[in-house]
Amino acid sequence: MKDENLFNALIELADDHSILCHRLGEWCGHAPILEEDLALTNMALDLIGTARNLYTYAAEIEGRGRSEDDLAYLRNERQFRNLLMVERPNGDFAHTMLRQLFFAAFMEPYWQAALESRDETLRGIAGKAVKEMGYHIRHAGEWVIRLGDGTEESAQRMQAAMEALHIYVDELFHSSPAAEAAALAGLLPERGALRTAWLENITPILAEARLELPEAPNPQIGGRAGLHGEDLGHILCEMQYLQRSHPGATW
Amino acid sequence: MVSAQEKAWAAAAAVPDPEIPCVTVADLGILREVVIEDGVAVARVSPTYSGCPATSFIEAAIGEALRRAGFEARIERVMSPPWTTDWITGEGREKLRAYGIAPPAEGSNAKRALFGETTVTCPRCGATDTEKISEFGSTPCKAQYRCRACCEPFDHFKCI
Repeated sequence: MKDENLFNALIELADDHSILCHRLGEWCGHAPILEEDLALTNMALDLIGTARNLYTYAAEIEGRGRSEDDLAYLRNERQFRNLLMVERPNGDFAHTMLRQLFFAAFMEPYWQAALESRDETLRGIAGKAVKEMGYHIRHAGEWVIRLGDGTEESAQRMQAAMEALHIYVDELFHSSPAAEAAALAGLLPERGALRTAWLENITPILAEARLELPEAPNPQIGGRAGLHGEDLGHILCEMQYLQRSHPGATW
Repeated sequence: MVSAQEKAWAAAAAVPDPEIPCVTVADLGILREVVIEDGVAVARVSPTYSGCPATSFIEAAIGEALRRAGFEARIERVMSPPWTTDWITGEGREKLRAYGIAPPAEGSNAKRALFGETTVTCPRCGATDTEKISEFGSTPCKAQYRCRACCEPFDHFKCI
């Protein structure tokens, strides 16, 4: 393999995007209004596009003839490296929107920084994704404000979402040894350095939404080590069903 | 005398976008270049959005058009620099407008336009008193708008 650290770091990022994409896809046909049904599936499409670019590049770096599909569909949950936040069940619409804001508010400065990568392919992937994350933040941010500063019930639900999700925030800024090595090599951004940019993205939104980010003395981390909640297994059962039942199926 | 390269470009450039067939891949600026390398027509194509489902279809259609024009063809996907709506040609913008899709403003890939409020002109009556219904529409590249003057809904090609 050309660069095992880069391969592993790419898998982490790709898994974040493909699992969150799957979660957004679960809203298809179930969103509260038609425009949101379109919005959530459109954003899922952006995420799967980025995931495909990352898996494809990871497979190329690995150089063992695996494809993007092999990486997405033929690994088990302990081999998945996604953030715990993205595998959490959707909950209600408020919960999904706050998670979307947390994720996009991190990935926007991440891809922005990745535009300076020494790797041309990564600069290309980042160039597309950074623009998409810009409107993901705006979309989720508008809903967080509307619900947080909305009716008594919507505010309660947004507050409940904050209480449920804030313990997963810290993991955004953690780097696995592979990600650390890729950052040192100037290939991918240093995640820990993006906390300020993330806060700058979400602070004005939370203020307008009358929400506060609580302290999380015991943050939930482990996704990068393959330590997941029960939920990931359920996602993979559904997501990988076809390839597992009909190995090698293509169309 | 038309060179092989010009002939190959003409064949590839005429391929329509599968989701917005009023414009060609050349109008959209996603066909970067067509060159002849060792007798093979190589078309370099950029995707619009990361997950645009039309990307593979467009690549296949360009390959098919080149083969029909008598070339052996290869498609290369170019990610960097990333496509922006600024690459849509003037003619492409006019075709979009005539088709009922408000084209993106030029210079629209600036962060200001991406985040700020921009004026979208109704493609039907030309009024600028329009409002956004949803940032997302029938394809990844379009948003839904409504004209307050003529009351018609319309698509807007998003600026990225």
